[in-house]
Amino acid sequence: MAELVYDETGRLLFTEEMKHEYTIIMPQMLPVMFHLLKRIIELEGYRIEILTSTNREIVETGLKYVHNDTCYPALLVIGQLIEAVQSGRYDPHKVALLISQTGGGCRASNYIHLLRKALKKAGLEYIPVISINLSGLEKNPGFKIPFSVGRRMVYGMMYGDLLVHLGNQCRPYELEKGATDSLISQWTDDLVDLFVHGKGMSRGQMKRYMEKITRDFAAIPKSTEKKIRVGIVGEIYIKYAPLGNNNLEDFLTSEGVEVIVPGITDFMLFKFNNRSVDVDLYGGSKLKKFAIGVAQRYIESCQKIMIGVIKDEGTFRAMGTFADLQELIKGYLGYGNKMGEGWLLTAEMLELIHTGTPNIVCTQPFGCLPNHVVGKGMMRRLKVDFPDSNIVAVDYDPGATRINQENRIKLMLANAKRE
Amino acid sequence: MTEPKYTSILKIGIDIGSTTVKVVVLDETDNILYRAYERHFSKVREKTGELLDRASNILDGKQVRILITGSAGLGVAKSAELPFIQEVFATAKAVRSYIPTADSVIELGGEDAKIIFFKGSLEERMNGSCAGGTGAFIDQMATLLNVSVEELDELSQHFEKIYPIASRCGVFAKTDIQPILNQGGRKEDVAASIYQAVVDQTIAGLTQGRSLGETVVFLGGPLYYYQGLRKRFTETLGLDNEHAVFPENGDCFAALGAALSTDGYESIPFGDVLRRIRESVDDATHTNTMPPLFTSQEEYEEFCRRHNSNSPPKTDISSYIGDAWLGVDAGSTTTKLVLIDENCGLLYSYYGSNQGNPVGIVLAELKKIYELTGDRIKIKGSAVTGYGEELIKNAFSMDLGLVETIAHYQAAKHFNPDVDFIIDIGGQDMKCFKIRNGAVDSIFLNEACSSGCGSFIETFARALGYEIGEFSRLGLFVEHPVNLGSRCTVFMNSSVKQAQRDGATVADISAGLSISIVKNAVYKVIRAASADDLGKHIVVQGGTFNNDAVLRSFEQELKRQVTRPVIAGISGAYGAALYAKDTAPENPGLLNRDQLADFTHKARPITCKLCTNHCSLTINTFDNGRRFVSGNRCSRPLGKQKNDLPNLAKWKYDKLRSLAGVPGHRGKIGIPFGLNMFENLPFWHAFFTRLGFEVVLSPESSRSIYRLGQHTIPSDTVCYPAKLMHGHVISLIDEGIDTIFYPCMPYNFDEGAGDNHFNCPVVAYYPELLAANISELEKVRFLNPYFGLHRPKDFAKRAAAYFKGEFGISAHETKEAASAAYKAYEEYKAEIRTKGEEYIRYARENGKKILVMAGRPYHIDPEIGHGIDELAVSYGFVLISEDSISHLVEKEPRKVLNQWTYQSRLYSAARYVCTQADMELIQLVSFGCGIDAITTDETRDILESGGKLYTQIKIDEITNLGAVKIRLRSLIAAVEARERT
Repeated sequence: MAELVYDETGRLLFTEEMKHEYTIIMPQMLPVMFHLLKRIIELEGYRIEILTSTNREIVETGLKYVHNDTCYPALLVIGQLIEAVQSGRYDPHKVALLISQTGGGCRASNYIHLLRKALKKAGLEYIPVISINLSGLEKNPGFKIPFSVGRRMVYGMMYGDLLVHLGNQCRPYELEKGATDSLISQWTDDLVDLFVHGKGMSRGQMKRYMEKITRDFAAIPKSTEKKIRVGIVGEIYIKYAPLGNNNLEDFLTSEGVEVIVPGITDFMLFKFNNRSVDVDLYGGSKLKKFAIGVAQRYIESCQKIMIGVIKDEGTFRAMGTFADLQELIKGYLGYGNKMGEGWLLTAEMLELIHTGTPNIVCTQPFGCLPNHVVGKGMMRRLKVDFPDSNIVAVDYDPGATRINQENRIKLMLANAKRE
Repeated sequence: MTEPKYTSILKIGIDIGSTTVKVVVLDETDNILYRAYERHFSKVREKTGELLDRASNILDGKQVRILITGSAGLGVAKSAELPFIQEVFATAKAVRSYIPTADSVIELGGEDAKIIFFKGSLEERMNGSCAGGTGAFIDQMATLLNVSVEELDELSQHFEKIYPIASRCGVFAKTDIQPILNQGGRKEDVAASIYQAVVDQTIAGLTQGRSLGETVVFLGGPLYYYQGLRKRFTETLGLDNEHAVFPENGDCFAALGAALSTDGYESIPFGDVLRRIRESVDDATHTNTMPPLFTSQEEYEEFCRRHNSNSPPKTDISSYIGDAWLGVDAGSTTTKLVLIDENCGLLYSYYGSNQGNPVGIVLAELKKIYELTGDRIKIKGSAVTGYGEELIKNAFSMDLGLVETIAHYQAAKHFNPDVDFIIDIGGQDMKCFKIRNGAVDSIFLNEACSSGCGSFIETFARALGYEIGEFSRLGLFVEHPVNLGSRCTVFMNSSVKQAQRDGATVADISAGLSISIVKNAVYKVIRAASADDLGKHIVVQGGTFNNDAVLRSFEQELKRQVTRPVIAGISGAYGAALYAKDTAPENPGLLNRDQLADFTHKARPITCKLCTNHCSLTINTFDNGRRFVSGNRCSRPLGKQKNDLPNLAKWKYDKLRSLAGVPGHRGKIGIPFGLNMFENLPFWHAFFTRLGFEVVLSPESSRSIYRLGQHTIPSDTVCYPAKLMHGHVISLIDEGIDTIFYPCMPYNFDEGAGDNHFNCPVVAYYPELLAANISELEKVRFLNPYFGLHRPKDFAKRAAAYFKGEFGISAHETKEAASAAYKAYEEYKAEIRTKGEEYIRYARENGKKILVMAGRPYHIDPEIGHGIDELAVSYGFVLISEDSISHLVEKEPRKVLNQWTYQSRLYSAARYVCTQADMELIQLVSFGCGIDAITTDETRDILESGGKLYTQIKIDEITNLGAVKIRLRSLIAAVEARERT
C-alpha cells in the first residue's frame, strides 16, 4: 500500500505509487467535455472516475461537512465526493480526489481547502486531494500534466465546445430520438483515438476534423419546426452541472425550447485575458503579459477557425468571437471585473440578446457574490437598453425548491412565447 | 343560482396557490357564473375537487375548457394532465380585460408578491427566493401576536406609531417584532408596522425604481381582505381612491384570467376534469423521504419511559410551609414561571405563550401564586432570565437577572452533574453550549436566518388548523417523513409546498418539520459532524424538546441518547429559581400581594433624539413611579452619564468623519462614505485635497439613507453595508454634487499577512453596480475607474494618465498627490496602532478587560454595527479594533486560502488575542457575506485552539440588540467562570 507523504506545509501528496494503486474521483460539471478530458487523462495511466451520482445524500453530506452558508457548488461538489467515499463503492484507502482550482478573489478558490477541511471532519484526512489548475498551484509527484497532455486537453476543450454547441442545435429537432447524443459519443471516441495518434491537434488538422464534425451534425435528420431559444448563463458550475441546476437543460427541452449554453473556450480566454488586464491596470511583469498574450491569441485563432467552419458549412448558427464579447461589454463593465465569471457573464447575456435570443435564464448559487454585480446587478441596464430582453434570475441552493424555480422559468417562457 | 340555459362550452380557471384555491367559472360571453376562494390547508386536490363539486349544478354534463394556474397548480396540472398557465400571465390577461386603464398591478398572494407594469414595455416581476412570505407572513405575525388575521387588521387601523421593521423577509421581521412586543410595545402599532413592512418590501424589492404609474390595481387575497394593508399601500404610494383600484373579485383575478385565457384549448367533459383532478392524488410519489421516527408503539413507550425518569420532586403548594424561590423565564414567545421549595422541588410552574404581553402574564401568575401560598410560604428570592428580563425585573422589583445560558446551565447541572453539552431550543432562539470545567465554554446561537425554531412549527401547525401537540404527534409513526431541508422558514415553506405537490400528507410534513429543526440545529448552528463534537452528557431543554418527535429525531441524528428533564420547557425558569436560591438575596424585593393589587403598567413608544441612532424607545411606567426604558443602545436616554471607557471603533469613526474637505480651485468631489472608503478615505482625502478638490463626504449612514436608495438595489441578498451605498450616492447627488468618485478596487493593500490581498467581489465591483442601477447617476459625472493601491509607483503612473484625461491635471501634480496620499494613509494606520497600544495600556492600568471587535473596516459605521461597540463598552470592556493589533503576529499558513486583506487581519488579530490573557474577540459578520462562511469556521478554530471563546455576531439592517446582549453577557459570564477555576 502506498505510503502517505506530505510536503513541507503538511499537505498530503499524491505519489508515484498512488498513481498505480489509486482511483481518482472527480465531480461532474460539463458532461460532454469532462468525459473527453477523463479519457485523455486515462491515457496517461490513471484510473479516473467522474461522479454522476445525484442522490439526495449528496446534499445531506454537503450540509454536514461544509459550512451551510458556503456557496451551493462547494456544498454539492464536496458532498458528492465525500458521499462517494463513504458509500462503500470504493476502498477509501485507495482513492484520491481531484478538484479544479481557479484562484481569484471569489470564494470559489477556497473549494479545495474546504474539501480538505471536510475530509478532516469526516475522519478521511488520509485521502489525497489533487488540484487541477492553470496556475501551477499545488504540485504532486504522482500527478503531472506534461505539455503533450495539456495540449490534448486544450484541444479537447475546443472540440468539446463544438460538440456541445452543435448538439444543442440538433437535439430539439432530431427526428430520430437519441441521434444527436450518439453522434456526440461517437465523436468523443474518435477524438480520443486521434489524440493518441497525435492527430487533430494543429490548427490545420483541427479545421479539417471540425468540418467533418459539422457535416456529420448537419446530416442528422431534423424537423424544420421553429422553436423558441433560451440561453443559460451564470456561475460556471450551476450553469453547466445538471446536479447543480436541477437538470435545467432537460427541463427547458421538455418545455419545447432550444437551449443555448455559451461554451467554455470563452471562459478560458477570459481567465487568460484577466492576467494581462491586471498588468495594464495595476502594473506587473511585461514579459508575463506577453507570454499570456501569445497563448490567448493562439486559442483565439483556434476559436476563429471553429467559427469559420460552422459559418462555411451553413447549417448552424456560429458563436461569437472572444473579441466580440470584449466589444459588447464596453459601457457596462470594465475588463478588470474578473472575479467569478466577471464581465464575461454580462457579455454572454449581451451576445445572446444581440443574436436573437433575448430569453435568458441567469443561474447562480444563492448569495453568489460576483453575481450580485455581473448578474442581477446588470439586469436593469439590459432591460432599459433592450426592452425585449426577457431575463429571469434563478437562485440555487439546498433549500430552494424546484417548484419555485420552475414557476419563475415558466413566467419567462410565457413571455417568450408571447412574441 | 339560476339554472344556466347554456349548452355551449363553459370556461374554468383554477388558481392553486400556496395557501388557497380559487375557482372561477365563466360562460361563453365571460359572465361569472361561479367563484370561490378558500384555504386548502395543504389538501390541495381534495379542496380543488370540493370547490368544483359545489358548482356541479352549473357544470355537470357540460363541456368545459380549463386552465390551471398558481404555484401549487403546476404540479396538479402536470399529474392531472390538464393545461397550465403561469399565474402572472393569467393575471395580466384579466387586468387588461377588466381594468384597461391600469398602469400597474400589485398582487400579493400567500407566499408570492408580484408586480406587473403595463405602461411602457410590459414587464412582470416576482419576488426572489429570499423575499417570500406575504400572506403567509401576515398569518405568521398574527399568530405571534396571538390574534386572528381579522383582529390584526382591526388593530392596525388604530396605530399611533410605525416601528421600523426589517421588511426583506418574514424571519427577519419577526426578529424585529418580538423584542418590541416583549418590551411592551403596543399591538396596534406593531400590527400597522407589519403591514408597512409588507408595503416597503413590495415597493422597494419589486419596483426597483421603476414607476408604478398613475393607476395601480391591487390584487390577491391579503389586499382584498385586509383594510389596514390597503390603507398602508395607498398612503405610502400617495394614491387617491380613483387611482388605487381594488376590483371586485380581486382575490380571484388569476383564476379569472386563467378562465379568460382558455380560448383555443381543448374542450373536455366536466366529469373528466373532476375525475382527473381527484385521481391525480394517487399518482403522487415523493421520493425525498427519510426513515421513520418510531416503528412501533413499544419503541415509543420505551422512549417515553426513559425520558420521564428525569424529574424534580413535586411538592404540594397548598400544604407546604416554609421558604420558596421564584424563577421567571421571559422568553421571546413564551413565559415560564417556577416556584421551588427548600429541596428544589416544584411548588408551582407555568408555561404559556406570552401573548405579546409578558408583564400581564407574570402579573396574573404571581397573583395566583399568592392566592395558593397564603401566608404559609415566604418567597425569599426571585430571579428572571430571557428576552424580557429587564422589563420583568423592573416591573415586579425582582432581585436578580441572569443571562439565559447561565440559567440553563444551572438547571441542566441539577439533573446531570456531568453535563458537558446543553442544547436549548425555544420559541425563537436556539442556544447550545459546551461545558468545560464547570463553566460555560463554546456558545452557539442561531442567527436570524437559521430557522426551524419552536415558533415556526407552532405557527405552521396552526396554519394547518392543528394545535401544536396534536400536530407533532401526527408525525411519530409515519413511514416516510418528508425531507424539508434545513434552511430558513421561508425556504421551508416552499419545501412544504413542493412536498404537498408531491402528495405528502400532513403527518409526513409534521415529522419532516421536526427533523428539519434538528438538522438545522446540528449542522447549521452547531456545525457538528458527529455526536462526539458535542459531548458525552447531553442535556436538552426548551419547550420545543417537549415535542417527542423533535427529541426523537435529535437522538436519531446524533445516534446517542440524551437527557430530557421532564421540565424541559421550563428549565430556564427552574435554573433561575435555583440561582435565586443559591444567591440568597438579603432583602427580597419581589412585589408582595398588596403591592400587586395596585399594579399598573403603561407602555409608550417614543423616538430618542439624543443622537443620530434615533433608537425606538419604549417607556414603561408602573405604579409607584417605577420606570423602565427599553430599546436603547446607550445609557443617555436613561439620564445617566455616558460610559467613557476607550472605544477604538468610535475613535476611528470620528477620525474618518473629521476629514473635512478644503475648498479648492478644482471644485467639489463627492465620496460615498461606505464599504472600503472606511479604509481608504484618508488616502483619497489627501489625494484630492492636494489636487485642489474639495472632498465632500456623503452624510452619516442611517435608516433613512438606506431608504433613500432602497429602490435601486437589484439583489436583496447582498450585505447591508453594500445596500447602504445606494443611499450614500443618491444623497450626494441630492446635495448637488456633480462629480462623484468611487473607484473599483479588486485588490487591497498588501500587508503581507496572507496568500493574496484581494477585496471581496462586492467591495471590488460595487461601483459598477451602482452605475448600472441608479439612474440619477446619469445626470452627474460618476468616476469609477479601476485602481490598485498595492503598487505605489504603478498607481501614480496610472492615476496620472487617468486624471490628465479626466481633468487635464499634469502628471507631476498627480504624482505628488499620490505620494501625499500614501503618506496620509500610513499615518492613519500608524495612529490606529498607537491608539491601540494606548487603550490596551489604559485597560491594564485600570484592570479592565479588552475586547477586540473584529470585522471589516466598515463595521464601525454605527448604522451597520448598530452600536454594538457602545454596548460592549457599557459592559465594562475597553474596545479595540482588529487592525490595531493584526500587525503584532508573524505570517503563518492557514488551513484556508487566506487571500483577502481584511480577512487576513482578522486571522492575525485572533492569533494575537490567543497570546493575551486579558483579551477577548468578537467577530462581526454581515448577513449575506459569503466570504465569512469561510472565515467564521477558521476564526473559531484559531480562538478555540488558543483556549479562547469564539463569539460571532451576525448583523444586518435589523437591530435586535437582545441577541447581541445574550452573546456579550454569556461571554462575560464565561470569562468570569474561567477565571474562578
